[in-house]
Amino acid sequence: MIAELTMPLPAASAEHSSALPPAPVIRTVLAREWRGLRHNRGVLLFTLGTLLCVESILRLTGSPERALVAMLNLVLLIVPLVSMMLGIISWHGAREFTELLLTQPVRRSRLFLALYFAQVLPLAGGFAVALCAPLLWHGIPDPAVWPLALSTIGGGVALTFVFGGLALLIGIRVDDRLRSVVIGLMTWLLLSVGYDALVLIVSTTFADYALERPMMALMLGNPVDLARTIIVMHSDTAALMGYTGAVLRRFLGTTPGIAAAAAGLLLWIIVPASLARRAFEVRDF
Amino acid sequence: MNHPHTSPAPLVSVRGLSKRFAGRAVLSELSLDLYRGAVTAVIGPNGAGKTTLNKAILGLVRPDAGTILFDGLDTAGRIDHRASIGYMPQLARYPETFTGRDVLALLSELRGKGPGRDESLIEAFELERFLDQPARALSGGQRQRINAAAAFLFDPQLLLLDEPTAGLDPVASGVLKRAIRRVRDAGRAVVITSHILSELQELADTIVFLHEGRIGWHGTVAALLNATGASTLEEAIACLMQHGTLSAHGSVSA
Repeated sequence: MIAELTMPLPAASAEHSSALPPAPVIRTVLAREWRGLRHNRGVLLFTLGTLLCVESILRLTGSPERALVAMLNLVLLIVPLVSMMLGIISWHGAREFTELLLTQPVRRSRLFLALYFAQVLPLAGGFAVALCAPLLWHGIPDPAVWPLALSTIGGGVALTFVFGGLALLIGIRVDDRLRSVVIGLMTWLLLSVGYDALVLIVSTTFADYALERPMMALMLGNPVDLARTIIVMHSDTAALMGYTGAVLRRFLGTTPGIAAAAAGLLLWIIVPASLARRAFEVRDF
Repeated sequence: MNHPHTSPAPLVSVRGLSKRFAGRAVLSELSLDLYRGAVTAVIGPNGAGKTTLNKAILGLVRPDAGTILFDGLDTAGRIDHRASIGYMPQLARYPETFTGRDVLALLSELRGKGPGRDESLIEAFELERFLDQPARALSGGQRQRINAAAAFLFDPQLLLLDEPTAGLDPVASGVLKRAIRRVRDAGRAVVITSHILSELQELADTIVFLHEGRIGWHGTVAALLNATGASTLEEAIACLMQHGTLSAHGSVSA
């Protein structure tokens, strides 16, 4: 042991390793995350739980379409909740390690993207696999079901990105872990349940006015509503559509309505992630 | 001021560094040089600015004012100088999904294939026994040993060690102290923040005493003992903590 430490080091020189090329930070962190995925209990539990849920519903309903519609609440409530909570908990759990990574020769903006993708990609992938696998092993569904299946997967994946970005934004801005979790829960509750109630109150209060355009603008304020609209527009169960989604369908029609909702969802992915990145870049650790 | 084992040009020059957190000045126009071939101990009461100074040099904290030069170049907006710094934080926590080997491999990959690698601590700490266990299965001391090995691994020009022996058993602590002396003798600059003063008396060439974000004393251990009339570093630091600073001539001033 001591012999190892008595071996001389090369003398210090002005020509040290500061001229190394920048490391491919995103690829490196994601590759390491991929290799450690088997130890990631949060992602494994979420994937397994979703898979069991889809399999059970498929067996109960016997129809892929009815199973996908029945999965709507899982996609709209559980996926955002899990993404939000795992995102906040992972951020706080890995804060010291993030600090250690920031002491390496890496740009903060690149490291942020690496951490963001390392957070959301395993969850999004787990969700997609858990939804697709039972559908496929029960026999490839009728092509008529594909749009609904794809929009359900797309909606869930998009919500994973949206709430993963929001989780990082909250985690980075709020130092206290408990406060972060509470703010995350309140945000999830507002967007998943509260927002529709608020929209309903506004619509009944101003029922005498033409509210279609304000309602469409309001819909942009809620990613869960947007995802619900995209998924339900592919099914015949319009009753499941929220108030704002129904307005969107009536006002724009199905295809432009889906396009508008998808554009809104894309904004919901980009804006929180960009704000989180900005917060990460200027933050003192 | 006497700087044993040093070359004339400082490796790190901190000039007029100021930082406030929530309206409170943590560092106030602090200026300091760190030299190659010297172990500098940064001491001070809690909240004196020791960790903030380390983090400012690392780029983890953005100063409100002042500059930090590394090897003569301003570090503002740059990241390449971090390839020449090894950092051992006080808390060694890793993601639960990572093993010790993952941590070392990730840091190696992020730094690229640099010319110098010093794996002596991996062997000296006998890390191979638990490098493949996930972080959640490791004790605090085992994680701290991985932390130390990671800081020394890339043969850095500057080592910033925050409470390095906290959580280490006496054997591991002895190994780390030998490693610190070894890199110092090879001409690297070492900065240690610690509350274990007997250990600093063993290792430090220079003492920087921080008080309310300013330097209350900067000089060799011998000069500090001489100025305070104390026989141990512990007594000398107690004297400094009581009075805040010493004048240039060594007399105590409030």
